[in-house]
Amino acid sequence: MTELNLELTKEIELLRLVTVGSVDDGKSTLIGRLLVDTKGAFEDQLLAVRKKKGETKIASAAEIDLAMLTDGLSAEREQGITIDVAYRYFATPKRKFIMADCPGHEQYTRNMVTGASTASAAIILIDARNGVMPQTKRHTHILSLLGMPHLIVAINKMDMVDHDQATFERIRQDITDYCAMQGIKDLICIPMSALNGDMVAVRGENMPWYDGPTLLETFESLPVLGQLDEQAFRFPVQLVNRPQTADLPDYRGFMGTIASGTVKVGDKVMVLPTGKSSTVKEIVMFDGNLDEAFAPQSVTITLTDEIDISRGDMLVRGDSMLEPQKEITANVCWIGDEPLEPRKKYWMKHTTNTLKAMVTDIDFKTDIHSLEHEQSDQLAMNEIGQIQLKLLKPIYADTYANNRATGSFILIDGFTNNTVGAGMII
Amino acid sequence: MSEHKLTQLKALEAESIHIIREVVAEFRNPVMLYSVGKDSSVLLHLARKAFYPAPLPFSLLHVDTGFKFKEMYEFRDNYCKEIGADLIVRRNEDAIAKGMNPKDHGVARCCGALKTQGLLDALEEGGYDAAFGGARRDEERSRAKERVFSMRDEFGQWDPKNQRPELWSIYNGRIHEGESVRVFPISNWTEMDIWLYIKEEGIPIVPLYFAKERPMIERGEMLIPYYEENKDQLLEGEEPKMIMSRFRTLGCSPCTGAVRSSAVNMTEIVAEAAAARRSERETRIIDHGANSMEDKKKEGYF
Repeated sequence: MTELNLELTKEIELLRLVTVGSVDDGKSTLIGRLLVDTKGAFEDQLLAVRKKKGETKIASAAEIDLAMLTDGLSAEREQGITIDVAYRYFATPKRKFIMADCPGHEQYTRNMVTGASTASAAIILIDARNGVMPQTKRHTHILSLLGMPHLIVAINKMDMVDHDQATFERIRQDITDYCAMQGIKDLICIPMSALNGDMVAVRGENMPWYDGPTLLETFESLPVLGQLDEQAFRFPVQLVNRPQTADLPDYRGFMGTIASGTVKVGDKVMVLPTGKSSTVKEIVMFDGNLDEAFAPQSVTITLTDEIDISRGDMLVRGDSMLEPQKEITANVCWIGDEPLEPRKKYWMKHTTNTLKAMVTDIDFKTDIHSLEHEQSDQLAMNEIGQIQLKLLKPIYADTYANNRATGSFILIDGFTNNTVGAGMII
Repeated sequence: MSEHKLTQLKALEAESIHIIREVVAEFRNPVMLYSVGKDSSVLLHLARKAFYPAPLPFSLLHVDTGFKFKEMYEFRDNYCKEIGADLIVRRNEDAIAKGMNPKDHGVARCCGALKTQGLLDALEEGGYDAAFGGARRDEERSRAKERVFSMRDEFGQWDPKNQRPELWSIYNGRIHEGESVRVFPISNWTEMDIWLYIKEEGIPIVPLYFAKERPMIERGEMLIPYYEENKDQLLEGEEPKMIMSRFRTLGCSPCTGAVRSSAVNMTEIVAEAAAARRSERETRIIDHGANSMEDKKKEGYF
């Protein structure tokens, strides 16, 4: 990083990652290794968590109590547990990374869903001595449900199995077969020793038989936005900009984040739910108007006609319409203390819309261990199931598989105001 | 591969603007905490971008301790005037009248009275249900787990075990009467991002961030700025010296250290941030207890 090319730094892209697994798989060691090797942690932060007090230099990741670096809250350090998702930041000269670090034990569904919801790639850790474990399968299933675009399987602790290629190949075959069953195609397996640093940032000399990319090379080459800009244009309106100043008495701009697709000046657009049409007049930015904008930019759009538009409405293009839906089927990860039950009503927040929704049925609950579907009259915290919802007013949504931004919603308890469910529209 | 590429700074900018707009859409009476530092400057710039061409739809609130550097007061007043921002300044006048200071009362007590209590009083007085702050998750380990929408009870206090999960970019802004949220739109920015963005966008910042020969007191590894009017902060045997130095973070003058530096412009500051091996908060005296940031946050600090 000291040799940093500053012009290059300006051009780098952002990749959001999530790591899942437990401390036993070497997750903290891996994150610590990444932070140390990319200089993502500062010396005073590392010295504060070194195992041997009195040292003034850190020679290797092994000397650092990495859990101390990640476990930020006093309650966690006292109890030796990780409570919550933590966010870590590191960069290479090519990219910046935001890594959501999800604890693998308690409440792993809640934490994994939270951490994975914004990530473009997930890293699953497997201990090479143990191979694919039930936990690996659970994590993989949740990631497939969340539509994780890319999965990286770090087959770690290769130093504990004599860097044996046959062991790696056997685990790779097992996890590849399992992922195929889950419908996950984009899978990258990397043999690794996070402890020694082999195949993390550098190749090392212990696994000459592996000719694939290292973990950091993989991070640097994955597509950042996926095909977000190739999808249909969706623009949920956040706010209407009406300055009503002397210079701009009649100005009306529609502010929002482009959820997917692209938009150009001159495009014919339609407003949902009213169905009124107009043409994009300007794409307004503080630094000068744009001719074209794309997801996930935050912009202000003005139209050639005066149409009534308010928060919660959505601009789409006429060639990619959406139908109103008052009843939806969704996969739900339950994160509330009180279980979800049929007939209960919740607030649903979908894009910039908040409306009342009632659970009409639980189609099934997925047993997180066997992955079998089973009948259930409730979903408890950390359980996953498929439900039916009836909505007080129609929403305009894509399926989650087609569009993460317009296919996702949260459920909010009307009494506590807590976020209790993460929903994915089928 | 598509040609549509967003640089990481532009991706962070888009995310921050989305958050700022959600708050204005969902809360009755938001306010932006403005500390005059570099993170505040970036936050304010993002807010101006979010609502352009309209003026800012909320006021700026500076919780002043009376101990800020005089360059900060000058900068604050000039810049807010220049951009037409509505600036509210509040101080814990009771504590200031009683002579609260870090030397006699200790840093923790002084911070508690002038910053935390000052902030809580100002928020209550204004009846704000949402307050934007410029905290970042990379600053300090208890902040690594902070939410973008940080829930606070009627006493403005933070309960780390009772925070809402945040999924996708859907933020839950529903609160009960009396509760409030602290919102951190630049949660995902690092110190490096802040400097790069200031450079790229040409955002004005307090001149103390640039290196200059300044009178300093050397205390251990720390450089403490020396001012004629505060000469009582000199300890036995200490002498002020002219040292080429600058500030990586800005707080109260008695408690914020400078660093030796020759970085006189943004390019040099960015290069220095890239080469830095020590975190910026190392120069903040208050942060040095075992859980001091976490404790301050629980009491209501942002």
